[in-house]
Amino acid sequence: MFEAIAFYLFAVLTIVMFTITVMTSQALYAITAMAAGMIFISAFFFILGADFLGAIQIIVYTGAVMALYAFGMMFFDTTRNVVEKKVNPQIVFVLGVLAAVMVVAIFVAPIISDNIQALYPIDPTIGNSQAVGMVLFTKYLVPFELAAVMLLVAMIGGIIMAGKKMDKSLTLMAEEEIGMMDDSYRAEEGGH
Amino acid sequence: MEITLTHYLVLSSILFAIGLIGIMRRKNLLMLFFATEILLNATNIGFAAISHYIGDLSGQMFAFFIIAIAASEVAIGLGLLIVWYKRTGKIDLDQMNSMRG
Repeated sequence: MFEAIAFYLFAVLTIVMFTITVMTSQALYAITAMAAGMIFISAFFFILGADFLGAIQIIVYTGAVMALYAFGMMFFDTTRNVVEKKVNPQIVFVLGVLAAVMVVAIFVAPIISDNIQALYPIDPTIGNSQAVGMVLFTKYLVPFELAAVMLLVAMIGGIIMAGKKMDKSLTLMAEEEIGMMDDSYRAEEGGH
Repeated sequence: MEITLTHYLVLSSILFAIGLIGIMRRKNLLMLFFATEILLNATNIGFAAISHYIGDLSGQMFAFFIIAIAASEVAIGLGLLIVWYKRTGKIDLDQMNSMRG
């Protein structure tokens, strides 16, 4: 009973928050509503018994990802209203068909999944974090290491792209000056 | 009143549809990133729900890797977006036509 109440409450809250994110014309409303939606999504993970995943959702999404977006928005002009796209009917048609196929697949999935056997059954005697650790560091060790390398590459890429020439403001320079800077930079690179 | 797997899958597909609507109607690239985050979160709910109802931990593992991919996507994407904004002063999708696509 309480599970049902919690599910419907958080479902409505999440859908409302994400609708605000998608529909609003203010960038600040969008980021705030999405942070709230991420927190509400972690509630589903706690209801489903995936405690570790819920904690990670709060730490990574509302901690790291949202902070990155807020940091990025400091660079952009957020007071201006967001202009909406003029809809291309072909793209809408293709995406609509894809979405319809996907919805059919989702609703068929439980019927197919009757035949699925659990490869790594959940042991009720140990906690979720312990079980996750045991599976993650045995069966999924190689993907885990690859994900670590991927995060390292992404971190270095982000630092290099956002932090290059921080002493010069590219927004205050004329187009020719930026072009000249690019040329001198290329000459420097070629000289090495 | 029992909450079944279908409830979670319906919720997941509704959130995915909201994300698709966002991708279709946004022109600002930052707002497009928000919509992709919604898509990734919708799939995460589906993975966690299936993991719970089948009694298998693999779904949660995939959700972890999706979160890792989302984090690196944000880092790289925001880096590129900041470079683009420094050079042009706008982050509109229609303006990115230098490749004549």
